[in-house]
Amino acid sequence: MNKSILFGALTVAGLAAGAAAAGTLDDVKARGKLNCGVTTGLVGFAAPDANGKWNGFDVSLCRAVAAAVLGDENAVEFVPTTGKTRFTALASGEIDMLARNTTWTFSRDVDLKFTFVGVNYYDGQGFLVPKDLGVSSAKDLDGATVCIQTGTTTELNLSDYFRVNNISYEPVPIETNAEGQQQFLAGACDVYTTDASGLAATRATFENPDDYVLLPEIISKEPLGPLVRHGDDEWGDVVRWTLYALVSAEELGVTSANLSEMTAGTNNPEINRLLGTEGTLGDMLGLDAGWAKAAIAVGGNYGEIFAKNIGEETPIGLARGLNAQWTEGGLLYSPPFR
Amino acid sequence: MSTLTDPQKESFRLSMLLYDSRYRSATIQVVALIGFIILVGWLIYNTSQNLAALGKGIDFGYLVEPAGYDINQRLLEYSSRDTHFRAAIIGLLNTLVVALLGCITATVLGVVIGVLRLSNNWLVSRIMAVYVETFRNIPVLLWIVLAMAIMIETLPSPKAFRGDNATASMMLNDSVAITNRGVYVPEPLFSRGLGDIHLFGNSSIRFDISLDLIAILIVLAASIWAVNRVKHRADKIQDSTGDRPATWYLQLGLIVVPVGILLAILGFHFGYPELKGFNFKGGTHFRNSLIALWLALSLYTAAFIAEIVRAGIMAISKGQTEAAEALGLRSGKIMSLVVLPQALRVIIPPLISNYLNLTKNSSLAIAVGYMDITGTLGGITMNQTGRELESILLMMLVYLSISLSISAVMNWYNESVKLEER
Repeated sequence: MNKSILFGALTVAGLAAGAAAAGTLDDVKARGKLNCGVTTGLVGFAAPDANGKWNGFDVSLCRAVAAAVLGDENAVEFVPTTGKTRFTALASGEIDMLARNTTWTFSRDVDLKFTFVGVNYYDGQGFLVPKDLGVSSAKDLDGATVCIQTGTTTELNLSDYFRVNNISYEPVPIETNAEGQQQFLAGACDVYTTDASGLAATRATFENPDDYVLLPEIISKEPLGPLVRHGDDEWGDVVRWTLYALVSAEELGVTSANLSEMTAGTNNPEINRLLGTEGTLGDMLGLDAGWAKAAIAVGGNYGEIFAKNIGEETPIGLARGLNAQWTEGGLLYSPPFR
Repeated sequence: MSTLTDPQKESFRLSMLLYDSRYRSATIQVVALIGFIILVGWLIYNTSQNLAALGKGIDFGYLVEPAGYDINQRLLEYSSRDTHFRAAIIGLLNTLVVALLGCITATVLGVVIGVLRLSNNWLVSRIMAVYVETFRNIPVLLWIVLAMAIMIETLPSPKAFRGDNATASMMLNDSVAITNRGVYVPEPLFSRGLGDIHLFGNSSIRFDISLDLIAILIVLAASIWAVNRVKHRADKIQDSTGDRPATWYLQLGLIVVPVGILLAILGFHFGYPELKGFNFKGGTHFRNSLIALWLALSLYTAAFIAEIVRAGIMAISKGQTEAAEALGLRSGKIMSLVVLPQALRVIIPPLISNYLNLTKNSSLAIAVGYMDITGTLGGITMNQTGRELESILLMMLVYLSISLSISAVMNWYNESVKLEER
């Protein structure tokens, strides 16, 4: 009995790895559905609403890719993954792409054999504490109990930060954001740490968000971006340029409001190339000429997606900061569509 | 009358492998074995081929790299600069701790409940039946999560102990603090301790042995030897005179006095937990993840053990009890002297499986963030290094070794209690 389970597991591993070797773009087209890995629930980034429809910043990217490849923003199967299961899910071919606040690091790129196709949110690790704890700096946290999601870069940053500053802490490992929230609100940990954007999103769901503050220290660089498996560059290109299409659209002033007007033809050749009325960019990717138009039509350009899901008008209230266009002092910089 | 002739010497023909019943079963077994080996070979080949295609060959080198993460409950000294291997050992020890605590508690609870379930008191036996049916019919994961949720949500956080209008206070003369981060109890300390011996230098398997503990154990062993001498002497006197001298005060004194003197020499005292900064400091900290896991696993497994104990007791014929009653034994004595020793022979083998189950179920620890070997080697290490196959294989090996060791010990015990057949 035990033996058969072992061999069953090995078979699955073998078959899954076999599946991963084929062309993902063709697989997705043949399947008629994109399998997109997201978080198990982080409001603003990826969370199902009351009707079970997934919404959020990362979800919008999945939908944009589905629209570009399949022409249908709803042809997405959202696969919730935890910090622990996400990489196995991607490596085994269970999902085609991962859009789940995942930090681009050297070892994930090189050793885990993934390709980060770009950055859709420039983030850093922060600390969330209750106001009445009376702490104003992360350096005051000596001896604190810290809730932390396991299997994340934040876990390693935390260890390094406390070691460098020569202060101690007690880690409480948790599996999902929901568990962390429960423990933090019950006072089982003093501090909750993860990416600052995630903390803002979590705080927005609290009953009394104003009783909690983000400490000023941002202790790491966390470039979050979508990733795909190593070795399938055609598919990597599709996801990469869909992301850049959204970024370029904002830079070029293409919005969901003026999209159809722009498609009729403009005197800016780059907009024409992006929207497929000039040149054969879609063809080169193995997609329709209107791929970028379809992607932008889902939720608008990058700026619109940001504003709608996590921007300052939403309860999460994140400023653009580093995530503004390069023309406005941010880091968003799309290579030209040419 | 028939004459016996020499049987004709049969020559072996290939078809006999199939049609001769003497060879057929061997043929089938050999064919099945070859098929099995081919299947295994194909699986291993396929796995290694696909791993090679992904560029991720089997490599255990990651175990000597620095782990980079911290572990809250560590029985040996550990820091984030230690290796993944060291982290795996810390996790293994945590697994063993919860398994050992769980097995002991489950056995005690299980025996008590199993005996009470056979009680003549209707209410008691019904309550025990409800307990058994409730616990064994709900998945253990739910019990673990429930225990954790109750501890987190209902117990006060350390904050509640602070300030002038504190809503919570420490118990037992300010020596025990029960919080939603765990239970803090006084710890034994030695002000004139003998120190530790460091073994294995700076390697991943280094550990310290407390000389204080060794000294106490040596004195205790000597005391027990002396007590045995006293008993022996009492036996002799009883044999020759028929009167057994009262030796209980001598035995008690032999155990208590030397250890007491040693503790006084070592400067034994308790370190009490105290609220300092964000948390209680000092004392021994039982984290709520450990308590939740320990409690849930014990209560769950105790329900199974209770049934095993009940079956064992019922397997002993009524005549044994009646004979013991006829000899004038009271019911408690009948149970402990007559019924249970015989019932053990029935109880031990299924008890082994339950110990194994408890140990394996402890891998659900990750649900409450208890850092056992599934949490360290199979969790964070696997995730941060991306070595899934290697980590899973290692974990399987570890659990297999633990289970086989428990089996071996319990089988040895079973040998010693089983009925001697002559």
